Amino acid sequence: MKKIKQTGLIVFLIGLTFFIGTIFIGSFSLKQNELDTFLQEQQYKSTLVKDALEKAVVNVENLNIFEFSSRVRAAYATSNQYYDARIAQFSKEKNWEEKGKQYQYKISGKPHSLSFTLAKKAGKGLAAENTALMWFLTFGLGILGALMYIVPDVILLGKPGIKNDGIFLNAATNRGWIGWFAFIFLVSFYILLYFYPDFIVNWVFLVDPISLSISGNPGSQWFLYGFLYCTVMTVMAVRMYIKYRHNKYQILRTTSVLFFQIVFAFLIPEILVRFEKPWYDFKNAFPLDYDFFFRWNLEELLSSGGFGLFILVWGTVLTVVIVPVMVYFFGKRWYCSWVCGCGGLAETLGDPYRQLSSKTLLSWRFERIIIHAVLVFVLVMTGFALYTFFSGASSVIGIKTQTIQDVYGFLIGSIFAGVIGTGFYPIFGNRVWCRFGCPLAAYLGFIQRFKSRFRITTNGGQCISCGNCSTYCEQGIDVRAYAQKGENIVRSSCVGCGICSAVCPRGVLKLENGPENGRINPTEILLGNDVNLMELVTRK
Amino acid sequence: MEHIVIIGNGISGVTAARHIRKNSNKEITIVSVESTYFFSRTALMYVYMGHLKFEHTQPYENWFWEKNDIQLKQGFVEAIHPDTKEISFTNGPRMSYDKLIIATGSKPNKFGWPGQDLNGVLGMYHKQDLEKLEVLAPNNKVCKRAVIVGGGLIGIELAEMLRSRKIPVTFLVREASFWDGVLPAQESEMLNKHIREHHIDLRLNTNLKEIIADENGRVSSVVLAETGEEIECNVVGLTAGVTPNIDFVKTAGIALGRGVKVNRFFETNVANIYAIGDCAEQEKAIGQRRNIEAVWYTGRMMGETIAQIICGNKTAYTPGHWFNSAKFLDIEYQTYGWVFSEKNKKENEAYFQWKHPKEQTCITISFDKNTQQFLGINTFGIRMRHEIFDTWLTESKTIAHVLEYLADANFDPEFYKMHEPEIIAKFNRENNTNIKPKKKSWKRIFSKS
Repeated sequence: MKKIKQTGLIVFLIGLTFFIGTIFIGSFSLKQNELDTFLQEQQYKSTLVKDALEKAVVNVENLNIFEFSSRVRAAYATSNQYYDARIAQFSKEKNWEEKGKQYQYKISGKPHSLSFTLAKKAGKGLAAENTALMWFLTFGLGILGALMYIVPDVILLGKPGIKNDGIFLNAATNRGWIGWFAFIFLVSFYILLYFYPDFIVNWVFLVDPISLSISGNPGSQWFLYGFLYCTVMTVMAVRMYIKYRHNKYQILRTTSVLFFQIVFAFLIPEILVRFEKPWYDFKNAFPLDYDFFFRWNLEELLSSGGFGLFILVWGTVLTVVIVPVMVYFFGKRWYCSWVCGCGGLAETLGDPYRQLSSKTLLSWRFERIIIHAVLVFVLVMTGFALYTFFSGASSVIGIKTQTIQDVYGFLIGSIFAGVIGTGFYPIFGNRVWCRFGCPLAAYLGFIQRFKSRFRITTNGGQCISCGNCSTYCEQGIDVRAYAQKGENIVRSSCVGCGICSAVCPRGVLKLENGPENGRINPTEILLGNDVNLMELVTRK
Repeated sequence: MEHIVIIGNGISGVTAARHIRKNSNKEITIVSVESTYFFSRTALMYVYMGHLKFEHTQPYENWFWEKNDIQLKQGFVEAIHPDTKEISFTNGPRMSYDKLIIATGSKPNKFGWPGQDLNGVLGMYHKQDLEKLEVLAPNNKVCKRAVIVGGGLIGIELAEMLRSRKIPVTFLVREASFWDGVLPAQESEMLNKHIREHHIDLRLNTNLKEIIADENGRVSSVVLAETGEEIECNVVGLTAGVTPNIDFVKTAGIALGRGVKVNRFFETNVANIYAIGDCAEQEKAIGQRRNIEAVWYTGRMMGETIAQIICGNKTAYTPGHWFNSAKFLDIEYQTYGWVFSEKNKKENEAYFQWKHPKEQTCITISFDKNTQQFLGINTFGIRMRHEIFDTWLTESKTIAHVLEYLADANFDPEFYKMHEPEIIAKFNRENNTNIKPKKKSWKRIFSKS
């Protein structure tokens, strides 16, 4: 068994090496007719870009993706700079008519996205042509190796029960060197995904056949991300099933997040696209789904007939009615650790890192300030978006709606939720985004704290203050601080993962939905001590 | 302002300090030699096992003490001087007090075994024991085998700790079955089996004769009393119970038994000196409790009570119904009320027992065979609600009532399989009764009677 596990690790690392190596392989060039077709599809009005791109990438040998990308970006820049210069010149000459005409020649889009689109057409080599083989060497070996590493734990972990031996003695899970490497890998991955999609175009080739079979379209970097997300969650869910095989709550919860990720976040949206409907994740509630009320989305939905209208109504009802009602009955856990995709990744890939979240009072203070600031940000931005949509004005009190949307998308949507939210798993624990950033979590938190039946009940006087609950709380809640006082835990940030209850050696904690009355129970003297003393204290 | 000096920063002393602070602005000093900041002794095992870091065992952040104006003094108390109301340290000046609370806890028992003070022999009680173990048994290369002497709760914890680093363990237990002075045979035997499943070499009916040293004065083997067998080992853990840690009190004229003798108000025979926690010995036992209770929560309750006494609300210590819990490797154990082992139970006490056919889950309910009154319950692998059992014990419910409403008391995580129907069916079969299990009711659970 140990041999299988070790072999699995080696196989996984080989797969990972191939995966990283894949970025650097292949060559990129276009034939004249391919470029012509591409330009026709794009309908650029600029004539300069045709020449520039021809010079840069047609019939050129042996360009790797980085050289290709830099040539393509330079070509677009040449064209855009030319028209920028003309605009500036006409502006100086106060030739407004000519100036206005120039804008149609400018090509919009982020340089690396433009380069990505062209690279998808230009790719040659193993990833683009020998996709099945390369898929096996990367995804295949990765999955196989990971499973070989994980599955022997059924035997190696011994009898079912809490198996946290050595977590703080292991460089992968105690912020040791393996943790820092994982951190660098994850952060780099997100930076590439969000800001340099063309550099990872070879990875996208690997999932193109899968994308074609589901949505009928070739894949984008977002399809790659969705597929990778589902794959990682599935493999790490196997780990959860084994680690918590004695705990039915964990097994059901893991199955639930996996189901919602694969079916709702991945398959249904792609299938919708196949039927020429808007891509939509039915479980992704505003304000986590922050661009739901953006002009482009509203316009797309409104132009998609009855179905688009249905999505619009569903999305609104989800946030305004379903989410709060469910939180009232079950706590925010029904969303955050049973349904949500971010939560799903945190509870599978992130589970080995849950003990790294900070439990200090200081981080709680930061948490409250930051998460509520993000909520305010998203609400103000949505107010701007709706005002703009209905009034037609492009700015409110002198601030451009587009600008505020871009800032949010960059700072919160990409950097916070992706790069920091997931990239920092191995350093700050697995719920960085959910705890400090997610505006939906903040909204659910208010309801959970003030109007809900959910609580973690503390079992009388059984707590021995050992600290396992606090240590393994991914949300950084100092669970023990309540348990050792005999108080129930009613905290807005609790996502109800149930691990505090699982790791408690004395059976002190239970997640439950009970009557609101007595849910919050401050006690000074714990159960078990002199009855008169308790009465005395409660009378005070 | 009155100066309250507390010797010992375990759960008793710290609880006393916190509650005195809540109720007064007296000057408070906690004296300790073991560690500057309070930590949970019961969690030390998890540090060695890598579940926690030492800082995780500290329930309060370091700024807590200054913020709450509780002074922490590091020092080893050498003697108490009641005549001048002072304590003296092994070094540094004396400290004066107005009221003194002795809360120094316990130390591991040593029964005069030859070799019991050798290098390589340790208890598992203090923070220093943990540090020592980390040096003596960092892995199974340095420590090829460890022998544990004494089959109680600390013994099995130490065995679990060592096994977490794959160190072979021989576990010497004096009794015929693990912890059978406390547990009924059904449970004790289940634990024997479970201990062996964890590859612990459990030796029942076995006593230690002596510990043998190598040429460097380090442990090299132990010899067993019954068979004379010699077992090679590098570490010996002495876990045969604990005894009050009160050597420094002996010169002060304070009445001592095994512990510091106190009345229900924790007063010793010397004015203004109190004792709480594991080191306090009740002059008269409370109910069926022992005179000295080395239990986490009794330490806490004594701290809560003495704070009231010190702050002018003179309240007798009256702990409620007995309860406790522990975890034996993978098996959780809880108890509410009194369940005595076959050895110790009285004539009127009868058991109703149920055991899962496959899993390591079982219960024993103790009841009065004449009145059918429920006396107590042991559960293994099932969590129970403290509050519900506390109420049932107070209201002297019958065993039939307890079984009928057992679902209310279940505290297992959601979606766990409930065993109540099987348990009740077995009782009905054995007693020709027709108890029907009631469905769990939130209303009953949360109604404060």
